[in-house]
Amino acid sequence: MIATAAFYVFAAVLLGSAALVVSARNPVHSVLFLILAFFNAAGLFLLAGAEFLAMILVIVYVGAVAVLFLFVVMMLDIDFTRMREGIQRYAPVGATVGVILLVELASVFGSWQLLPQSASLRGAVAPGAVSNTAALGDLLYTHNVLLFQLAGLVLLVAMIGAIVLTLRARKASRRQDISRQVAQRVEDTLVLVKVGLGAAVTEAEFQRPLPEPAVAAAEPHGGGHGHGGTHAAEVR
Amino acid sequence: MLPVSLGHYLAVSAVLLVLGVFGIFLNRKNVIVILMSIELILLAVNLNLVAFSATLGDLAGQIFAMFVLTVAAAEAAIGLAIVVVYFRNRGSIEVEDVTLMKG
Repeated sequence: MIATAAFYVFAAVLLGSAALVVSARNPVHSVLFLILAFFNAAGLFLLAGAEFLAMILVIVYVGAVAVLFLFVVMMLDIDFTRMREGIQRYAPVGATVGVILLVELASVFGSWQLLPQSASLRGAVAPGAVSNTAALGDLLYTHNVLLFQLAGLVLLVAMIGAIVLTLRARKASRRQDISRQVAQRVEDTLVLVKVGLGAAVTEAEFQRPLPEPAVAAAEPHGGGHGHGGTHAAEVR
Repeated sequence: MLPVSLGHYLAVSAVLLVLGVFGIFLNRKNVIVILMSIELILLAVNLNLVAFSATLGDLAGQIFAMFVLTVAAAEAAIGLAIVVVYFRNRGSIEVEDVTLMKG
């Protein structure tokens, strides 16, 4: 009795939050409603006796996938108002397709029936004595090892793919390159300039960092004087 | 065993699937919400698999649901990575602009 009530509560909240996921104005709210939907779906899984999947749903989906969505939504600087522009244009098409799909599903729903000998066609009969998790583990690690490993491979490929896609080499990075440092020679960096005795030292020959623009504007007043003195005179 | 009939579960998952499809059509401008709609559709599939698995007492459905979960997680990771790269290049995540990526 209480399980039936729980089913209706979970189903209602699941469908309501799913509707809000697709219609929320702000994508951040969409992600939060998605998390709520996953929690309620986990409740429905629990009611169906699939405890392990329910926990996996909470851990993997809420803990990883939904948080990943949240990260991306908050990281990208999206103009939320422009997101909603075409909604009146697309809603009729979406509603039409949705209603057609729902009618088709309902027509299937009204006429389907289980095969009478379906009980004898089961691939992996649930053992009654052990818990759901133990039974699933037995099945997964004993009869579906290859599939299990392939699933791991899919995740590995996805991980590497995501890294390759988003990684970019930073050209402006000032990391230490030891081999370049060691290979450096004196001739590469140092130039010896022989200055003739008594040669007029003009402003252009000073080997120093370029002056700042504001100071450069004040330069003509100074003539051959020192830099700081010119500036001080200017201030006075 | 299910607390309610199998039909209840199937109805819930059918509505969830339709909501997901509707979401794909509704949010043409926002790839992230489209990815979330795909997650909803896969959740509906999982709900169906688990409901049948519980009704028939056959654990193969739950194994299958677990693989669907795996693929959905991989798909979400790759999809979001593509969205990030796309946003970096174009400064928007509108689906209509994606055709510009054709070579």
